[in-house]
Amino acid sequence: MAGSGNHLGNGKLNLGSLRDYYRRELLECLDKCNGTKALVWDDALTGPFGLIVEYSLLKEHDVEKMMSLPKDNQALAPSSVQNIIFVTRPKLDLMDQIAQSLLKEDTKGGFRKEYHIIFVPRKSLLCERRLKEAGVHGSVTHIEEFSLSMIPFDSDLMSMEMDNSFRECFLENDMTSMFHAAQSLITIQSLYGIIPNIDGKGECAKHVVDMMMRLRRELEGQEPQITPQIDNLFIIDRTVDLLTPLLTQLTYEGLIDEMYGINNTSAKFPPQKFLSKNESSTSDMEYKTVVLNSGDELFSELRDKNFSAVGQVVSRKAKFITAEFDERNSAKTVGELKHFVSKLPHLQQARTELAKHTSIAELIKEATDTEEFMECLHCQQDLYKGEDTDKVCPYLEDCIGRREPLLKILRLLCIQSFCNNGLKPKVLDYYKREILQTYGFQHLVTLGNLEKVGLLRPHGIRNYITLRKTLKLTVDTVNEMNPNDISYVYSGYAPLSVRLIKFLARPGWRSITEVLNMLPGPTFNEVQQIPVALRKRRSSVTSSHSSIADQKVTLVFFLGGVTFAEIAALRFLAQQDDGGSDYIIATTKIITGSSLLHDISAKGLKGHITDGPYVHN
Amino acid sequence: MASANWQTLGRVYYEKMEMYALEWGDQIDLSKFIVAAAPYGGPLALLQDISSNPNIGTTVRPLLTVFTSAGKMISQMRWNSGRIKQLGWSHNEELLCVQDEGTVLVYDIFLTFIRQFGMGQEAKETKVLDVRIFNSYKGTGIAILTCSFRVFIVNSIDDLRIRRLAEVPGLDSAPTAWGIITMDGQSQALVAKGNELYLIDHGGQYQKQEIEISTPLEAIIDMAISFNNKYIALFTESGLVWIGSADLKKKYCEFNTKSPQKPTQFVWSGPGAVVAMWEKMMLVIGPDKDYIPFHHDSTVSLVEEEDGIRIIGRDSVEFFRKVPQVTEQIFKIASMEPGAMLYEASREFERQSQRADEYIRTVKDQLDVAVSQCIQAAGHEFEPSRQSALLKAATFGKCFLTDYNPEPFVNMCQMLRVLNQVRKPSIGIPLTYTQLERLTMPVLIDRLVMRKYFYLAIRICQYLKLPEAEGASRILAHWACYKVQQKNEDDEHLARVIADKMGDTPGVSYSEIANKALEVGRPDLAIRLLDYEPKASRQVPLLLKMKKEQLALNKAIDSGDTDLTYFVLLHLKDSMIQGEFFMAIRNIPEACSLFLQYCRQQNPQMMEQLYYQEDNFQEEATCKVVNSFKQERLDDRLRILAEAKESYTKARNEFAAKQVDEEIRLLKYQRRLEEELHREYTDLSLHETIHKLIIDNSHKMAETLRKEFKVPEKRYWWLRIEALAEAGEWMELEKFSKTKKPVLSMEAFVDVCMKQNNKLEARKYVQRVTPDKKVACLIKVGLLREAADVAFQNRSEDELNRVLRKCSVTDRAVEDQVKGYRQQLATAGKR
Repeated sequence: MAGSGNHLGNGKLNLGSLRDYYRRELLECLDKCNGTKALVWDDALTGPFGLIVEYSLLKEHDVEKMMSLPKDNQALAPSSVQNIIFVTRPKLDLMDQIAQSLLKEDTKGGFRKEYHIIFVPRKSLLCERRLKEAGVHGSVTHIEEFSLSMIPFDSDLMSMEMDNSFRECFLENDMTSMFHAAQSLITIQSLYGIIPNIDGKGECAKHVVDMMMRLRRELEGQEPQITPQIDNLFIIDRTVDLLTPLLTQLTYEGLIDEMYGINNTSAKFPPQKFLSKNESSTSDMEYKTVVLNSGDELFSELRDKNFSAVGQVVSRKAKFITAEFDERNSAKTVGELKHFVSKLPHLQQARTELAKHTSIAELIKEATDTEEFMECLHCQQDLYKGEDTDKVCPYLEDCIGRREPLLKILRLLCIQSFCNNGLKPKVLDYYKREILQTYGFQHLVTLGNLEKVGLLRPHGIRNYITLRKTLKLTVDTVNEMNPNDISYVYSGYAPLSVRLIKFLARPGWRSITEVLNMLPGPTFNEVQQIPVALRKRRSSVTSSHSSIADQKVTLVFFLGGVTFAEIAALRFLAQQDDGGSDYIIATTKIITGSSLLHDISAKGLKGHITDGPYVHN
Repeated sequence: MASANWQTLGRVYYEKMEMYALEWGDQIDLSKFIVAAAPYGGPLALLQDISSNPNIGTTVRPLLTVFTSAGKMISQMRWNSGRIKQLGWSHNEELLCVQDEGTVLVYDIFLTFIRQFGMGQEAKETKVLDVRIFNSYKGTGIAILTCSFRVFIVNSIDDLRIRRLAEVPGLDSAPTAWGIITMDGQSQALVAKGNELYLIDHGGQYQKQEIEISTPLEAIIDMAISFNNKYIALFTESGLVWIGSADLKKKYCEFNTKSPQKPTQFVWSGPGAVVAMWEKMMLVIGPDKDYIPFHHDSTVSLVEEEDGIRIIGRDSVEFFRKVPQVTEQIFKIASMEPGAMLYEASREFERQSQRADEYIRTVKDQLDVAVSQCIQAAGHEFEPSRQSALLKAATFGKCFLTDYNPEPFVNMCQMLRVLNQVRKPSIGIPLTYTQLERLTMPVLIDRLVMRKYFYLAIRICQYLKLPEAEGASRILAHWACYKVQQKNEDDEHLARVIADKMGDTPGVSYSEIANKALEVGRPDLAIRLLDYEPKASRQVPLLLKMKKEQLALNKAIDSGDTDLTYFVLLHLKDSMIQGEFFMAIRNIPEACSLFLQYCRQQNPQMMEQLYYQEDNFQEEATCKVVNSFKQERLDDRLRILAEAKESYTKARNEFAAKQVDEEIRLLKYQRRLEEELHREYTDLSLHETIHKLIIDNSHKMAETLRKEFKVPEKRYWWLRIEALAEAGEWMELEKFSKTKKPVLSMEAFVDVCMKQNNKLEARKYVQRVTPDKKVACLIKVGLLREAADVAFQNRSEDELNRVLRKCSVTDRAVEDQVKGYRQQLATAGKR
């Protein structure tokens, strides 16, 4: 379980209070059962819970034991606690597992226990019905819900961490996760005030906002009276911009996610690089887990940089730290020594951070320096610049010939489809056949899915050129070291989603109506009335330049996922003089192109694309 | 004198006062009834005791009557269910009738049946011997003693969990006495087996209890636990009363009544005295062995209250309590307390006597205390005239104080006004001030509402300025629930009347009212009312109950709450035949997608059927493809794939149909290969199959497959060189590379060799690589120096840098060379 959560409070909006809200709710839930407790986890929840409470706090509330929900008809591990609490998402297969465990418990006998279920984030009639059918509903004493859905990751970032939300919403038309999204917006508004202005783009976005309005009506005006701390909500479907996540992210954090996968703000690395000199590597060493959030000072400096600028910062930092340590030798007076000693803990921490990120950067550099990586990147660049997109791409052909990972192939293929406004039937069928013959027939379903969500499509209206020109998606001269445009996050491509946000902030969407009409889903604006007493007082009308304190706060909500590179681009935007707003980012899931495609590929068939981090090399 | 009817019990005073003259007059002889009265001035339930009258046959149904505390009849019915073992009231003033086979029937004060529940199988089989209805930390609990001498307990009648308490060791006859004690959030039973005492709990534990006593302990035949669960009194065979703390650790006194006869009632009067009753004789025993005897002229019934006992007699209700401390301070003869002085002063002032001034002077410094005492004492008075005399004294005292906080005085006036209202014989709730403080005002309002005194309740709320949500609007909701039961008004009108009165006041639940309407058989009214309900989660279950499935489905979908939609969908699915169900949802896309999602996880077969029904051949085919992978036997798989092909053709997806066809052919080939070569091929892709064939040296077969499935030449080359390299067929590979028109460039050969980590072989091909790719290949095979040379020849700084990046510590020489080259290029460039 990671982190204390101190770093959450450093932003424009104190997301620490969201964490506190969840902590209170959880503890209230736990305290409803008297006596000692064991928690039985749905494994998908341990990560998010780790960001909300630490084990010691659970212990204070009589939690003595934690275990995973047994799979495959296994029994619960024996324990001597008075209460067994299942903590679970409302999913039917999980209900079956819980029912199995409970039935097994019945046969065990022995010390009498009480059983409870905490649903996260919501109780579900469907699940309770399932428990009833399994004949175990009666043996559950309390059924509670714990509304943890929007997990605060960092001072400006929240994620609902719903793995399949893109698939459910855009492929299967199941809006369950959108309902949860609407409810978490209600939670956010209950903590930070009603958001006066809402802009959105996309079917789901509209749906979420409608539901949120409806839920507010249900509250019957019993909302807390708080001055709004968030001025705007911008809510967007991932399907509005399917190109951006497909490209390889080139920021430090983005590359870590692409290569090693970041889950609940931590990533696992092969341990060899992290050894100190006198340790020797053995093959059975565990992966090194590193927590990646703004609590790590160096990381917060590096995360959004283009990777080519990372080396420079790291070496500068190394020099600086060495110089600081050298001060010890030059310190003569007691006062100087004292000053040095007072800095020591901070310095030591900085040194650990430095060592950590040097190792990570080395790992990434090894991968980015390979021919394969460079070639892939060039291919992507050629494609988004619209070069030869209407023919079969020889590089892609070679990749298939070499049987490179399917996810890589699909990413490139979908990029080509997007940048060519869909593929000619002949080209498309050729690719599809190549993939089926090489990777197996089961991917007929995968390809079908890609077509259903529009990642892959037959030739259609030519509008990519207009999009590219109007939104300046591609930029030829990129300064990776000292960027002056968001396109640095992909070394030459500016995320479409973030460009839309920039245009919305300034000069407004009216200037790009044509583009908006090309993108899927409705464009909408809603205004929520704020009682006069609660309205923010703006500084005097005469001051033309708004000061930093006056900077507006915009909550950007990506439905269906967001990449770290887009987050970096938004952070970059906020720092610009003409940015016009600070951004808080919320999403259903932090994604990479590979995790997105993995999500919608054929599931549960033989020869399924391997699970685990989607290493891209 | 106020203290005229005070009686001393040791050093404390007790008083008995008449609350009501009973309205039932002489018509009721309590000795012929089983009496149960609810505390906090609650109602009385009287059941004709037929067992005592041998003249009445068992076929006669006894009368059950509910009266207010003032003896006004509220309701009456003839009991026509089983034998009642015990009557009692819950904390919500519900009448609990416990029958001898353990069934508990619950009625409201109008004797409207609410619900019933059992106390378990064992009670049913062995019958109930005795019952205790008690106040637990969770509400009202029931404990029963079965004829097998086991105790079963329900801690709260609102949360029915029957627990069996531990067994008392060696108990082979009925316990001589027992009771329920609630301590530390747990209810336990104290059971006397002769002179042994056991405490038993639901965790399966029993503890034998010892008490401190001067004489050898005799069999305990009765026990009384005080209202606050802190004290206990035991009654032994020889008439000894032992009074102590509830945990039996502390003894307060032993008192010998010398009565060998078990008292007919044995209860506590507040926390300070134990009352034992034999027929018409009542004995009050204090903790210091003091006692007061009373004689009644008829059978009376004692009702324990928090601060005393209500005594229900033949023609009056009296209240017996310890005189509250402030009252004693003011009215005790020759009291010198400030309150007493102020009260005197005020009386003198009324008489316009100057002695008022003298009294005031004596308490000048303690006037604030005096005022508080008078206010407090007023609260404890029943008689309005005495309340006002005390309040007048308080006001009089306040005149001499400059900064006295008026709040306590105002509050007390308000409380008294409310108390006096509810105490009126017409309402008949004789609450004391102490009881009201414990009961709280919202609960009192609830009780008025339950008695249907809506108007009074609302007036009280308005008078006390309670917030709408917890006050008036809640009462209105109850009123509305009551209103819908009046059948003489038509639906339309009633719905409007209710909506008009309630508007959208916060906290009103229209669904509750609608539910009530439904209960009384007015579904149309219920639907009208439900329209006002903003919460779909409340509307939907009710609509389902009313069999308005379509409406429920629409409302659920509108709310966006998918869980709710699922709930309706599954309800529909269970209540309809499949075809009808499909028809019902086919035109509602949201419902369709959700149901499909459910099927995807739970019932893929049904998903396929649904698509079939909808003529969605494309999706039907996909279902079949997915299904084919789940088949164990190849023949099944082929059969289903053939079906899939057909569906794709129907969907006009020629491409997919063709692919399925190819897969069928491939599978057949693979089966043949397995039979011929005795190796596994099934589930490999075409590419993998050919790859494996080449490695296994079945080149001819590989060639056949290539032709059959038209593998493009370029990919076949890749396939071939990879397989050759993997098989270590280096000669073959080299021969292949020298084919006249190579389809692949030489880097490909370098790559496949390097994939097998064979640098030596790889270097063979490097020389044949085109110049633009040469540097990269040289780097790959580890020839850095050569790479640097070529890069220099190419005059490419970019390539030089690439070499440089690859240089490790051991390549110092190369590094220097590269740097040199770079220098040269730079100078050349300047020229």
